[in-house]
Amino acid sequence: MRDTVRFLLDGEVVELSGIDPTMTVLNWLRYERRRTGTKEGCAEGDCGACTVAVGELEDGAVRWRAVNACILFLPMLDGKALKTVESLGGKHPVQTALVEHHASQCGFCTPGFVMSLWVRGREKQPLPVNDSLAGNLCRCTGYGPIVAAAEALGPTLEDDPVEALTALAAAPSLAVETDGRRWFSPRSLSELTDLAEQHPEAVILAGATDVGLWVTKQHRRLETVIWIGAVHELQTISQTPEGLRIGAGIRYGDALDVLRGLHPDLGELLRRLGSVQVRSSGTLGGNIANGSPIGDMPPALIALGAKLVLRKGATTRSLPLEDYFIAYGKQDRRPGEFVEALVIPPLGDRLFHVAKLSKRFDQDISAVCAGFSVAVKDGIVSDARIAFGGMAATPKRAAACEAALTGRPWTEETIEAAARALAEDFTPLDDMRASAAYRLTTAGNLLRRWFAGQTAGVLAAEAIDA
Amino acid sequence: MPDAGGPATGVVSRPIKHDSAEKHVAGRATYIDDIPEPAGLVHLYIAQSPKAHARILAMDLSAVRTAPGVVDVISAADVPGKNDVSPVVGDDPLFAEDRVQFVGQSLFAVAAESLAQARAAAALARIDYEDLPAILTQDAARAAGSVIEAAQEMRLGDAPAAIAAASRRLSGTLAIGGQDHFYLEGQIALATPREDGDVHVWCSTQHPTEVQHNIAKVLGVRDHAVTVEVRRMGGGFGGKESQPALFAAAAALIAVRTGRPAKLRLDRDDDMVMTGKRHDFETGWEAGFDEAGRLTGYAVEMGSRCGYSADLSMAINDRAMFHSDNAYALPAAEIRSHRWRTHTVSNTAFRGFGGPQGMMGIERAMDAIALDLGIDPLDVRKANLYGVAGLQTPYGQTVDDAPILELIERLEATSAYRRRRAAIADWNAKNRWLKRGIALTPVKFGISFTATHLNQAGALIHVYTDGSVMLNHGGTEMGQGLYQKVAQVVADAFGIGLDRVRITATATDKVPNTSATAASSGSDLNGMAALDAANQIKARLTAFAAEKWGVDPAAVTFAGGMVRCGTETQDFTTLVREAWFNRIGLSAAGFYRTPDIHYDRATHQGRPFFYYAWGAACSEVIIDTLTGENRCLRADILHDCGASLNPAIDLGQIEGGFIQGMGWLTTEELVWDDQGALKTHAPSTYKIPACSDRPPILHIDLWDQPNPAATIRRSKAVGEPPLMLAISVFSALTQAVAAAGDFKIMPTLDAPATPERILMAVDDVRRRAGLS
Repeated sequence: MRDTVRFLLDGEVVELSGIDPTMTVLNWLRYERRRTGTKEGCAEGDCGACTVAVGELEDGAVRWRAVNACILFLPMLDGKALKTVESLGGKHPVQTALVEHHASQCGFCTPGFVMSLWVRGREKQPLPVNDSLAGNLCRCTGYGPIVAAAEALGPTLEDDPVEALTALAAAPSLAVETDGRRWFSPRSLSELTDLAEQHPEAVILAGATDVGLWVTKQHRRLETVIWIGAVHELQTISQTPEGLRIGAGIRYGDALDVLRGLHPDLGELLRRLGSVQVRSSGTLGGNIANGSPIGDMPPALIALGAKLVLRKGATTRSLPLEDYFIAYGKQDRRPGEFVEALVIPPLGDRLFHVAKLSKRFDQDISAVCAGFSVAVKDGIVSDARIAFGGMAATPKRAAACEAALTGRPWTEETIEAAARALAEDFTPLDDMRASAAYRLTTAGNLLRRWFAGQTAGVLAAEAIDA
Repeated sequence: MPDAGGPATGVVSRPIKHDSAEKHVAGRATYIDDIPEPAGLVHLYIAQSPKAHARILAMDLSAVRTAPGVVDVISAADVPGKNDVSPVVGDDPLFAEDRVQFVGQSLFAVAAESLAQARAAAALARIDYEDLPAILTQDAARAAGSVIEAAQEMRLGDAPAAIAAASRRLSGTLAIGGQDHFYLEGQIALATPREDGDVHVWCSTQHPTEVQHNIAKVLGVRDHAVTVEVRRMGGGFGGKESQPALFAAAAALIAVRTGRPAKLRLDRDDDMVMTGKRHDFETGWEAGFDEAGRLTGYAVEMGSRCGYSADLSMAINDRAMFHSDNAYALPAAEIRSHRWRTHTVSNTAFRGFGGPQGMMGIERAMDAIALDLGIDPLDVRKANLYGVAGLQTPYGQTVDDAPILELIERLEATSAYRRRRAAIADWNAKNRWLKRGIALTPVKFGISFTATHLNQAGALIHVYTDGSVMLNHGGTEMGQGLYQKVAQVVADAFGIGLDRVRITATATDKVPNTSATAASSGSDLNGMAALDAANQIKARLTAFAAEKWGVDPAAVTFAGGMVRCGTETQDFTTLVREAWFNRIGLSAAGFYRTPDIHYDRATHQGRPFFYYAWGAACSEVIIDTLTGENRCLRADILHDCGASLNPAIDLGQIEGGFIQGMGWLTTEELVWDDQGALKTHAPSTYKIPACSDRPPILHIDLWDQPNPAATIRRSKAVGEPPLMLAISVFSALTQAVAAAGDFKIMPTLDAPATPERILMAVDDVRRRAGLS
């Protein structure tokens, strides 16, 4: 075991011991290291003013990701490379392009945009600009000049610290204890299993896109944290006889292609689930394990018939995802147990659709999130799995709606009856995202829209010939 | 009065980059939280009321005082001066006394060695409350007669009679939501004690002078004991005009009491809960008109939720009245405005300052009249424009320059409005679920503070003996490019390059008694004051050079870093050095006051505005009638900046203002619970536009005429007016909703037009049109 966090900053190995294990990278940069270019705009991973680049060794090369430093805990940098706006000097092509396009006004969000665009320049297949920048809010410019700068930029070629990262990777597992607060970064499944049993009270942490807010927003003190991000067995995606198996440590961004391959709607859902920064940190496993009623993935995964694999010690158990969510804030996870993987059975020839409604398209939490999957044989619905988020205290299947579909002809009349049956399934709440009436109306309308083949909605408007 | 006009020369009117652009992108632009923290710094946290309205029966802070790391705790009883941080009226206590009046009101401040310690200690207070009835809505305020001041009225002719006599009449109501500023840099102040009880405060504020006055008032010292300074803000938008005073005063008081530097930085949630926002409005309108859609009379009654105190609500609601005509000449008008006092945060200035809310009523009326007559809303708008239907405003000012018809017609052509409107009608007929809408709406915005005395500014210029220039003025930089525009004016006056002009932080000990950088007036006022200062020095240099070479002073010119004197030329630096050697003063304080304006608030008559800024936008949207989801697909904008001081900066203001206005009218929804607590206090719940919300097609052009009024280089103010171009998006959404009901029913769409409101409006028009 090792108690010193080690990472690279501009080629230099930074070694930190005796740290508060839940100090954020942002606070360390600003108030310990005096690198103040990185800004705090929200401390919850929603505005991107704190965007930094984090590099990891993958297949012998450095893969850079844009992440929000405001909800990234310092030990999560262990063994990685960090770049901030200061690392770029000031005359980097990204910076010059932004200046030439008049892309800063107050300038407070600008370092975050610089880093998002720098990472974009390192991508083999860069995302569309709007998607790359969905996690960076600007209140002054209206984005036009920033987009113009981004579009003028080509790929960035730079030397990466492959050797230095390789050297760091050889170190033993990290375990920090400061003032009675503990942080563990197990490297293997067996280490994780042992730690989880030894510390059943521990917070099991993956991407910190939600747990980070426990610290920065709720000001909670986390006594023991077991971070699964270094457990290599949880970082795998594989095809198994039961279906696609996704390790609990897989980040959204790394699951995007395979899920899009399963169905395009899943790709779009993941795209809208969170910004690049969120997708570069958060995990599918965390989104499920944490049991939030507004998590975007569960409705789609429940509709797909996904199963959750939980491990405690040497034993694993598998349960349908919908059974994991017991009540608001309560999941079927026992002390010492953790989510190991998610298994998604093949879709076959089932009809499938996912829809998300939110006030803003990008980087917003859903008011309603729906997953629909039906098997139709000879014009008759033989099986239906209909699940919603935002409609109840947990992600939930719509039993009455499913019953109204099953055994009925796949027609508008059936859909109409199924949509109306949702009123028996759900009594949604009013909150700041939507009213109960809106939720109930649109839940049915999403079903109607699916049947009508209008699922692309207004987002496809540019493609519609005026 | 300095010479204002003349053609563009030198560095003025050129698209020069923002003075801090290179520092912004490098992360080297210093905001207050980036200043190296001084030794001995203490951090403040402000404890907040959890109740909307309650009597404080007892407040026990003993556990707070003894908590780890706590250095000082202050509440109302510890205020040595006056417990007030208000801009005008005297009703914003720094700390609540016997009563709390909104959720988030400041109760006491804790100073500790770390922010975490201060925050943790604040939670240890024991406070007993007796709940009092809370007035949270405009309806409740109306029922209780709870007001900030009496309702105000503006009249032109006899509107009720004109409406009664009209061949057609319509009326309607419209609710308009507020808006959080969401500047990326939250409120912050850093106070350092100085000798004799003085204090220096770095404060992210648009109004250093008012912050200075409030600190002095709280400390019970003279204004000269307090210096407030700000180099740049990470956004302001009106939210850093009156709001920073409380935080700066708390930090200053701690600094003076403890003898240690003190910092108060709000996190996003505290900032959104504790600070005022754009006023939400409820507007009822009634119009009389003829068969061509020409108004014969218009009556509007507006109410706004001001919150618990006056703040700037009187002037903001006045500006709503001034803009309730928008660009339309009203033959007869009656404008009533209610300023409701509620137990909510005190609403404040926000880009447009009530003007945007004021315009919404008449733009809704234009759409309603067009639907009623079955004609194109643009034809109704054009028939009623200033310059077409008349020139008289309801407040006694004659609009003596009204290019709006010409401007609209140019935009109508360049945006292909008529062809696209016809194409949209065809498209809508073929599409069951998706509907499109298009609208072209004008903006007329009055430029000047309507409190006439605020229309003054000062500047300070030093020319050093190496030919470099130090520039300072009362305007503040919040990203809008004011510093660069004024520097361009000064560099041009001396005929030198911008590299010679050093822009320095706004500070109350350099230029005193300033007005807020607000009302879009920054470059109008400070540009003129700086030009005055430059011209004073130039006049001395001119006289010196003329005497030296024995020529007429009129033959002395400054350009290209050289001074030409008849046939002689000398570089600027040499002349300056010689002037110094000959004991010529090389420093000057400049001053400016806007001419030709006056206003009598008692009668709401006068000439409050020096001139008007004009613009128009054409927006196309699409809605999903099953979900209410919507997008703006294209916007075309033509906006009037007069002879722009810097077209790149002005285009940035237009685009940014438009998108910010679009956010206000679409996704930015403030939600309070029934106990008066704000539920949308972070970007996870409060949605400002993101990158993809920008319309994929956005054309912006500048109107090409100089300002007929004698402003700095014949430019026009640009900070606020473009925000209201976004009303075109709201109107287009209204058109799309109307299309869902085959234009049989006028939609009752309120703002912000969230997917939920759009869906409800669609369902409503369809039901009433018998289509569902």
